[in-house]
Amino acid sequence: MDEAVLRTLTPAVIGILVRRGVDFATAEDAVQDALVEAVRAWPTDPPRDPKGWLVAVSWRKFLDAVRADTSRRRREALAEVEPAPGPGELVDDTLALYFLCAHPSLTPASAVALTLRAVGGLTTRQIARAYLVPETTMAQRISRAKRTVSGVRFNQPGDVSTVLRVLYLVFNEGYSGDVDLAAEAIRLTRQLAARIRHEEVAGLLALMLLHHARRTARTAAGGRLVPLAEQDRSRWDTRLIAEGVQVLQNALARDRLGEFQAQAAIAALHADARTAEETDWVQIVEWYDELVRLTDSPVARLNRAVAVGEADGPRAGLAALADLDPALPRYAAVAAYLHERDGDLATAARLYAKAARSAPSLPEIDHLTRQAARLNALLRG
Amino acid sequence: MAKYLLLKHYRGGPTPLHDVPMDQWTPEEISAHVQYMRDFAARLEDTGEFVEGQALSPEGTFVRYDGEGRPPVTDGPFAETKDLIAGWMVIDVETYDRALELAGELSAAPGAGGKPLHEWLEVRPFLTEPPTISE
Repeated sequence: MDEAVLRTLTPAVIGILVRRGVDFATAEDAVQDALVEAVRAWPTDPPRDPKGWLVAVSWRKFLDAVRADTSRRRREALAEVEPAPGPGELVDDTLALYFLCAHPSLTPASAVALTLRAVGGLTTRQIARAYLVPETTMAQRISRAKRTVSGVRFNQPGDVSTVLRVLYLVFNEGYSGDVDLAAEAIRLTRQLAARIRHEEVAGLLALMLLHHARRTARTAAGGRLVPLAEQDRSRWDTRLIAEGVQVLQNALARDRLGEFQAQAAIAALHADARTAEETDWVQIVEWYDELVRLTDSPVARLNRAVAVGEADGPRAGLAALADLDPALPRYAAVAAYLHERDGDLATAARLYAKAARSAPSLPEIDHLTRQAARLNALLRG
Repeated sequence: MAKYLLLKHYRGGPTPLHDVPMDQWTPEEISAHVQYMRDFAARLEDTGEFVEGQALSPEGTFVRYDGEGRPPVTDGPFAETKDLIAGWMVIDVETYDRALELAGELSAAPGAGGKPLHEWLEVRPFLTEPPTISE
């Protein structure tokens, strides 16, 4: 059994311990200890019933922890804890864990860390490496998060949108450690979609699949960013696209539109174009209109201006941009692009250079600087 | 979360409010200052916001390539460089405002007379990975 399969058992085992009366924070620690032992022991001695093994070992780890605890109160608590007969999961423990780990009382970063550990079954070390912080810092972040939700009743249904926000962050803002966070976000979203019939869960899953499909085409040698229009579309993963489109269509059929479905629809229209020229920009603008209506997000308006520029010409795009705050991240990059399309290369070059100075990542800085350099070379003739 | 560098300069920032060199402080004042920095870092470890901290010697040498097969050229050390970095702390925080708040706290480390140093600290965001979803 590989580690990924082992990790899928994590939330269910935590749920069983909680159901036996162990508090969430202690149960989560016990299961984490058992996972570490499983990684060590299973390659040479694989259990016949992996979940049963994890439950038994987690329970033993919990008892060890309680015995090690000298507090009398804890000893008394132990006396009251009796293992429930059989698993007896009446409600979905895994689903309950998603809600708990994304509880609104947590900061986004805490919710991300706790979700990756308790629902994803990753170790603190793996999460720390993925977010480029020391293990001790990540351990503190997780234990504070657990304290924050310690008073929250397990199995309380929460707001699914907070869970989606957390999964979106894992997908979109990961670094590249030894854990593939984008793939992990997809796994967790898939697992959620299998448990809850919700159109926005499906929408987010579709969005992730459609973007993940372009992953290898998005960067060239040395991490250079390749813009959508220049990507080699034969390198897009058609299997992921087909699945993403299918998931999206099922979600849209329920006729309860949300922001993730709208974003996925835009990604699906890009995926549908065999060449950049074939892109249906008119429909994309319509989806951006929906997205702006749903979210009123300035980022959506900014991206809408790009789409308007493609659908109705750069002047129309610049007019759409005129209503927006120039302090928005990536505003200068969008303005540069539209000015170049409008034939004003000098303004475009100046704006690309300006955009490069305020870009938040090295690949974007390189990309924008190269655009400015390309136009400046043209201008020199 | 976003990472920020809190950069401490020996020289090169805006004019300091209190400009008593550290070697003019009492040993107790130095200890109090160092302890404040330690406590600050420990507190950030506890909140899950600490990444790392380092101090640099004021001594430094400039080095550059001098062509194939030749040893690199060195220059310095300089007694009076314009800007001199003393050390840094890297934090991982939820917002820019939180980074400013923490830099403000660090700048309040006690100096001569046990009063807050009001030292200038430079706050610089780290570059990140580009987001996956960009359109």
